[in-house]
Amino acid sequence: MAPPVQPREMGRDLARRDGPDKVRGLATYADETPVVAPLYCAIVQATIGRGAVTGIDADVAAALDGVVAVLTPDGAERLADTEDAELAVLQSADVAFRGQVVAAVLAETFEVAREAADLVAVTYRDDGHDVRLSPDRDDLYTPESVNPGYPTDTHEGDVAAAMATAPVTVERTYTTAMYHNNPMEPHATTARWDTSGGGHLTLWDSTQGVHPTRKTVATVFGLDPHQVRVVCPYVGGGFGSKGTPHVNVVLAALAARAVPGRPVRLALTRQQMFALAGYRTPTVQRMQLAAERDGRLTAIAIDVVEQTSRIKEFAEQTGVPTRTMYAAPNRRTTHRLAALDVPVPSWMRAPGECPGMFGPEVALDELAERLGMDPVELRIRNEPEVDTETGKPFSSRNLVACLREGARRFGWADRDPRPGIRRHGDWLVGTGVASSVYPTMAMASSTARVRFAGGRYTVTIGAADLGTGSSTVLPQIAADALGVAVGDVDVLIGDTAHPEASVAGGSSGTATWGSAIVEAAGAFRDKFGAQPPDDAEAEGSIQPNEATERYAMSAFGAQFAEVAVHADTGEVRVPRLYGVFAAGRILNPRTARSQLVGGMTMGLSMALHEQSLVDPRFGHVVNHDLAEYHIASCADVADLQAHWIDERDPHVNPMGAKGIGEIGIVGTAAAVVNAAWHATGVRVRDLPLTLDRVLGLTG
Amino acid sequence: MRPLDYRAPADAAEAVAAVAERPDAAFLAGGTNLVDHLKLGVARPGLLVDVTSLVPVEITEQGGGLSIGAGVRNADLAADPRVRRRYPVLAQALLAGASGQLRNMATTGGNPLQRTRCAYFQDVSTPCNKREPGSGCSAIGGVTRQHAILGASDACIATHPSDMAVALAALDARVRVLGPGGDRTIPFVDLHRLPGDAPERDTVLEHGELITAIDLPALPMAARSAYRKVRDRASYAFALVSVAAAVDVAGGVVRDARIALGGVAHKPWRAHRAEDALRGATTTDDSYRAAAEAELADAVAQPGVDGGNAFKIPLLTRTLVATLRDLATEEA
Ligand SMILES: Cc1cc2nc3c(=O)[nH]c(=O)nc-3n(C[C@H](O)[C@H](O)[C@H](O)COP(=O)(O)OP(=O)(O)OC[C@H]3O[C@@H](n4cnc5c(N)ncnc54)[C@H](O)[C@@H]3O)c2cc1C
Ligand code: SF4
Repeated sequence: MAPPVQPREMGRDLARRDGPDKVRGLATYADETPVVAPLYCAIVQATIGRGAVTGIDADVAAALDGVVAVLTPDGAERLADTEDAELAVLQSADVAFRGQVVAAVLAETFEVAREAADLVAVTYRDDGHDVRLSPDRDDLYTPESVNPGYPTDTHEGDVAAAMATAPVTVERTYTTAMYHNNPMEPHATTARWDTSGGGHLTLWDSTQGVHPTRKTVATVFGLDPHQVRVVCPYVGGGFGSKGTPHVNVVLAALAARAVPGRPVRLALTRQQMFALAGYRTPTVQRMQLAAERDGRLTAIAIDVVEQTSRIKEFAEQTGVPTRTMYAAPNRRTTHRLAALDVPVPSWMRAPGECPGMFGPEVALDELAERLGMDPVELRIRNEPEVDTETGKPFSSRNLVACLREGARRFGWADRDPRPGIRRHGDWLVGTGVASSVYPTMAMASSTARVRFAGGRYTVTIGAADLGTGSSTVLPQIAADALGVAVGDVDVLIGDTAHPEASVAGGSSGTATWGSAIVEAAGAFRDKFGAQPPDDAEAEGSIQPNEATERYAMSAFGAQFAEVAVHADTGEVRVPRLYGVFAAGRILNPRTARSQLVGGMTMGLSMALHEQSLVDPRFGHVVNHDLAEYHIASCADVADLQAHWIDERDPHVNPMGAKGIGEIGIVGTAAAVVNAAWHATGVRVRDLPLTLDRVLGLTG
Repeated sequence: MRPLDYRAPADAAEAVAAVAERPDAAFLAGGTNLVDHLKLGVARPGLLVDVTSLVPVEITEQGGGLSIGAGVRNADLAADPRVRRRYPVLAQALLAGASGQLRNMATTGGNPLQRTRCAYFQDVSTPCNKREPGSGCSAIGGVTRQHAILGASDACIATHPSDMAVALAALDARVRVLGPGGDRTIPFVDLHRLPGDAPERDTVLEHGELITAIDLPALPMAARSAYRKVRDRASYAFALVSVAAAVDVAGGVVRDARIALGGVAHKPWRAHRAEDALRGATTTDDSYRAAAEAELADAVAQPGVDGGNAFKIPLLTRTLVATLRDLATEEA
């Protein structure tokens, strides 16, 4: 790892470089890529939950004026690699979940494509489906590992014995709902296949990683990666759902290959995003806590039940944060999966940590209640000396500082712990706290190129900006690494024509790409010194960080919520939601704040509203649009603040920065639920916190 | 989306004739509901007749009350000083609905005629008696949080989603209609139907009948009225339950009341039983609760895979009590 970079531009509050074009509508997104005479692709989705297509009558559709092709499992190109069943589109007649792609129409206009798709008549053999997640199922299984490669179960000491002997215990089950990422920009691709020179595929795709998408698409079609170019200048949000390519990308490419030379546009509808673009599994979390009277935990255990799809395993690492969060000599974490006839779950902002800090952080609040101890103090008492799982020290761990700073800002000190006793007019008011955590990661490989010409430095790297701020922050890093002003640096991202970069995932983007840029800048200066000639150019790649052998690395935070519950109607409002985070060097306060506030807002949504409601009779998400799938509105929360403490960590990367894209969503729901209990005395253990649950009218 | 014809006739009579002669024609107003349905395949008209520029767009004084042109936008109606002063329940109901952008488009004629938000109705891949008579009701036994507790049938348990309509039902409004056979006026409470065995018909309007205006009678007690909407998020959500109420109270006694309920039935539900129970009752929570219980005596909860909607019965009772309590104290 390169030595620490001296911050001059890093840390400055700079406006987003992509902002002006976005607000003026000049930023072109994947579906708007200017191409000549595009065709439009519309999807036909399965209306059964499991079985097979027995017939497709596309005659009427094909006869419509403007229809160019109808793609069906019979006629579609055979893919070179169908190992990833999610991506094996139109490769067989089998239907694995309701909403799966069974045909697609290509037409001269979007409207004709949609109409023709409606007119494709599909008949099925219905084998009956099963989409019910329950911890009582007798076919739950133990995956070999949980994402992205953690052990499925861990055991340390004897939880049962500790539970049996401890003076105070909590044993409760908590549930989180099914969530859909719902970025504002739907999954979309403009694709073109050119046959000249052995064939070349261009994908203008909304993705969190152009190179990973290229790799997947090349594999699926049996192409050399150099035959594929993926371009993505802007992404209208992803939240993980654009982290690995979903079926829409493959279908767009397949459609383009069916009409060589003609560009094809394929954008999912909002409704289709509820079946085809990933989601977060619902989770059932059985928690056990055992403690001494002084609050010290003697045992902590979480047993998780969640779902995956029968055609492809995705094992959310829900139990993982419990492994390292608090000091307890006896620990157990387990994961069991139900394989159902459902779409494939996938990455969603803070996979593992987000659902997995709900049960533990509410259970801790219940423990505080039983102990008669302040919940902030209880957390501080259980602060571990080292990472309980590996025995390594933390490179930096400032959970306690976040709790203290948050308590100070929030005015926690004079809190009366008794629930249900504060009434302001018609509203019952309470406050709650929960911790946040997210691992600090970097991907193994990424390369950047630095070039000097005409007095300016241009850095190229196939990175992504999902609206997160990377196109603003990477120039700050590059400027400091080169020792020049940020105004002299351009950074170009989002194209496989640039050096290969990792996915924007696991809050690792800035750390990984920034490290590559620092290496490239170092190589550039080594080669050309401070006075480079025109066209000077050098590359560098992220190097392994030996410190990861010695240290555990995570960002931490604390969230404080004030919740008001209407005494008559149970309506829930959040007058205040404060987060304080410790995430290393904050490279740009403006973009960082919007990431943290954005995460907390999404956590607030999870607390109050979000749930994909599956109708088990059909097997699909019924509330599949944004009128019915509620996300937080401005009126739900009045005062939403994100702060951070000044944390210096020389071990994580040359910038000293930890990832901040995901930690904001972690812990929010628990803080809100804990505050609602404090307001009302009603403990809700199932999300979302709807008014009927707060009133105790619905179980 | 299927191709369709679009016409913008010169006057209302021509519009009525144009729709009346084609069974697959529909009036288009703000389009905030109908255009969504075109995209979803829920509505498949062959002809749209745009009425936005040919129905009245004014609010005029009439016999001590107001006549609201069918083309008046929801935003303008909510902002009208006369409405705010004399019928606050109506302004509040409008502002509780949809979003600023939608209210700028939505019209007085279109709003009461918006169709149910039942998710199965809006998804052409699931059976629905309202969309396709005889195909079955997918909501029964499904996701029922938004569904009815009053007046439902075995064929349909949908609710009417409009907030404005609940206020109009409480205010004894009347609907002016121009049809192929001439004019008629319909009491607002009789505009919408219960589903019975014909849930495909939301209202008593015949094909080709155009709403031209909605009249509000003089109702002095409406100056003390309120709309209380309880929903799953603070803004931009349809009602779980709602209450439109106007009361005339004096000396600790309710002299008169107008109450309508939303989110509970296939139509805005005028609560005559509750009104009867309130007349002459004391202004206490107990009387309000008794009125709510009288109205909800026949309420039937729907089980559902989402936990069902049994909570709506106590929730509505609580909401009605709170609304009446607030109104009565406001007066004191
Ligand atoms: C996301 C979203 C959220 C919403 N939230 C709410 C809410 O919380 N509360 C609420 O009350 N509403 C809500 N709405 C609905 C909105 O209020 C209605 O869509 C709107 O009022 C309809 O009015 P319009 O003029 O746009 O009607 P259109 O969509 O143009 O027409 C609706 C229907 O009425 C017919 N029609 C229109 N005008 C006439 C006329 N003069 N005579 C006869 N027939 C006519 C049309 O043929 C059509 O069938 C929401 C809508 C959306 C999209
Ligand atoms: S409740 Fe009515 S609208 Fe909903 S599915 Fe049943 S019939 Fe259709």
